[in-house]
Amino acid sequence: MKNKSSLFIIITVLSFCFVIFYKGLNNSNTYAPKIKDKKNIPIFEAKDFNSSAYLNSEKIFEEDTFYIVNIWASWCVPCRTEHPLLMELSKNQSVKLIGLNYRDNSNNAKKFINEFGNPYSQLIVDNEGTLSVEFGAYGVPETFIIDKNKKIIRKFIGPINKEIVEEIKLIIK
Amino acid sequence: MKILKIFIILFLSIGFSHLKSDEKNDVLKSKILKNIRCLICQGQSVYDSESEFASSIKLIVDRKIEEGLKEEQIYKFLREKYGDWVIYNPQLNKNTYVLWLLPLLLFLFGGAIIYKKTISKNNKI
Repeated sequence: MKNKSSLFIIITVLSFCFVIFYKGLNNSNTYAPKIKDKKNIPIFEAKDFNSSAYLNSEKIFEEDTFYIVNIWASWCVPCRTEHPLLMELSKNQSVKLIGLNYRDNSNNAKKFINEFGNPYSQLIVDNEGTLSVEFGAYGVPETFIIDKNKKIIRKFIGPINKEIVEEIKLIIK
Repeated sequence: MKILKIFIILFLSIGFSHLKSDEKNDVLKSKILKNIRCLICQGQSVYDSESEFASSIKLIVDRKIEEGLKEEQIYKFLREKYGDWVIYNPQLNKNTYVLWLLPLLLFLFGGAIIYKKTISKNNKI
């Protein structure tokens, strides 16, 4: 009886460990923060990409519309692949794109925009990467959808693709 | 001469008090940075990492300390942005009950088994 109960305990513990490790195998080893609740957009002041004047977040997000905040840099290769899709999204009248130029050389960034086009209605500069931290980002590219109540409702880590564009179109419809 | 001495002492004490507060802030900064996980690195704290993410976090922490925020307030800010995972030392909440209580339960369970065995051994003797 004693042996049976010990065997039962050992099997239970081993099964428990197996299930935990097996589940862990299927999980991605890269961490992606989840947005559980709608978060307010951060309050900030940022330098305008073209004029070097300072703009505050209230001014940037003043219109009663959906906004897409896209964090990008000229040195970021995936940003180049997603850029045509951003150009496509910029044609949509029910959304405004805000570009956040992340830790970039301004000349290179200007060349990038001249070469690939400017999908952004407003471009701001984040030289230190601190503004991206305020948004909860940790790399480039990242894209945030902001609703009419100025809340972050969706976040895409990495370059957006056609499926994501379709999802965004459904959200802003 | 006496007045000059007093001025020198006052000047030095003010200078050193600034130095002391700077040192204090540096210690606090290091402590906080060592407890923040670099989310884009493998097994490194923000303190140890030279990545762009880490350098941005270092700047943010520096600013928050200068603004007078306390250690817990800085952790709270980062948790709001990146979730509990960003802090190495997780808080006790509904998501971390198992993490905190399981070792205690295992300890009690093991202790109970050892106690039971000792009692039964003593009874046999």
